[in-house]
Amino acid sequence: MSTTGLGAAAPAAAQETAPAGRGRSRTRIGDRLLKVYVWLIIAWLFLPIAVMIVFGFNDTKSKSNVTWQGFTLNWWGRLGEYPELTRAVVNSLQIAVLSTLITTVIGTLMGLALGRYRFRGQGATNLVMFAAIASPELVMGASLLSLFISSGVQTGFVTVVIAHVLFSLSFVAITVRARVIGLDRSIEEAARDLGASTWVTFWRVTFPMILPGVVAGALLAFALSIDDFVITQFTSGALQTFPLWIWGATRIGVPPQVNIIGTLIFAVGVAIAVFNTVLSRRRT
Amino acid sequence: MKRLAPYLLILPGGLWLAIFLVVPMVFMASVSTQEGDVVNGFVQTFNFSVYGDALAQYQTQFLRSAGYGLTATVISVVLAYPMAYWIAFKGGPRKSTYLLLVLLPFFVSFVLRTVSWKFLLADDGMLLAPLKSAGLVSGDFHVLQTTVAVIGGLVYNYLPFMILPIYVALERVDPRVVEAAQDLYAARREAFTKVVLPLSLPGVFAGVLMTFVPMTADYVNAGILGGPENTMIGNIIQTEYLVNNDYPTAAALSFTLMAAMLIGIFAYAKALGTENVLEAAAR
Repeated sequence: MSTTGLGAAAPAAAQETAPAGRGRSRTRIGDRLLKVYVWLIIAWLFLPIAVMIVFGFNDTKSKSNVTWQGFTLNWWGRLGEYPELTRAVVNSLQIAVLSTLITTVIGTLMGLALGRYRFRGQGATNLVMFAAIASPELVMGASLLSLFISSGVQTGFVTVVIAHVLFSLSFVAITVRARVIGLDRSIEEAARDLGASTWVTFWRVTFPMILPGVVAGALLAFALSIDDFVITQFTSGALQTFPLWIWGATRIGVPPQVNIIGTLIFAVGVAIAVFNTVLSRRRT
Repeated sequence: MKRLAPYLLILPGGLWLAIFLVVPMVFMASVSTQEGDVVNGFVQTFNFSVYGDALAQYQTQFLRSAGYGLTATVISVVLAYPMAYWIAFKGGPRKSTYLLLVLLPFFVSFVLRTVSWKFLLADDGMLLAPLKSAGLVSGDFHVLQTTVAVIGGLVYNYLPFMILPIYVALERVDPRVVEAAQDLYAARREAFTKVVLPLSLPGVFAGVLMTFVPMTADYVNAGILGGPENTMIGNIIQTEYLVNNDYPTAAALSFTLMAAMLIGIFAYAKALGTENVLEAAAR
């Protein structure tokens, strides 16, 4: 019958008289199969990551790094062999840091406004934010490029930062808004009753309470920025970022250094995720 | 002052969204009705024929993108639902660990992950080479540059955006409601189809919205894993904008794509009841 385990049905009467009977055990088999399925999907999700990490150690002779030819640490020592690749990685990091800073500040302000106040235009703001999240990056990139072409703006570092702030802004605002809505306002009122000014109340009471939301939003903005390809390709002009460099290199063969840089970025991401999990566990 | 506070707070972000999201759409509309070329410049001529021409010329790619997007979305729902179900109801204290495992691969660049698939699926790559030397598949069998590779890549790259919303919806289902159904003599299957499934549909809705749109507009998967037979409309727009510099055609194609998607989203929302779209939008 059901191998999905979603509904290994047994007649209701049988279930009542014999709770440990056939229905139960069949359910357990279904659950076990589902668990195997979950792990298979996880393995599938990790497969290309494993390939990326392993092929950073591949002793490849040609430019195409496809078949396994033995273990080497050679490429780790020659990480900076392609100056344009190094430059692209540095560009990615600079863009991510700058756009994260801008996004976090203005996104937090938006989140505060949306979570705390009811005001005219709130619905319109929500709608535009929804549009920013739901519209395909291709259309966003294409329309931004149309704006820059029409107004004669040279595309490059600045236009990429503008675009990155644009697509991560709503995510930060929503993350902060969720935190603001969950706040206990009586703590702020207590601070004010004890004579704290609006400014002091914000920095000493409100801000520390919304900080986890702000940090989560900032991490999200950074991750979105460093990974972005589509909008970046449309708004970058001659500027290269890490994903753009890989895209360009696919035609001529991706060198193992790309795998190593990808591995390093992955390691940092995992470290941040683990750190974040441990931190949030300690807090609760 | 106090009444102005929300407006002052929203101002920088609101301006950013207005100037760089709303205004560019107007400029794209304008570009789409211009004539000219990169060397001699473009002139606004309100030439709408470019829409008809572009649509006629790239009809195949439009239809192909819709087909790929739909197929990949359906596969994603089928793959994601049981997974989200198991994590939500049987994940126990390790729920967040499973979710983290789903998300971790996405700390690696989108493009780089897709390139890794290209290596894996290459004719002499790790998956096909052993099969070929064992004689299980013929020597000229290949996966790269086929529809299967592109749709597989799409499903792979967007699956978490389907798993997460379905998980969130299932997680909100109170187990006591399921127990109540069973107390009222619903069999497990009935409790699922009549209680759990309907309660999780908003999550499926959000997941479809979050995957169908970007999948259909994607050009990275078709660009890296597909061949000339699998180009999607995104590839055409990208080439027209960035390689051929035919801005009017590219803008017209982008607009048509966006319009088609909006119509699709609203039709889909209507079919499911508008309540759901508001709920998904509010989230």
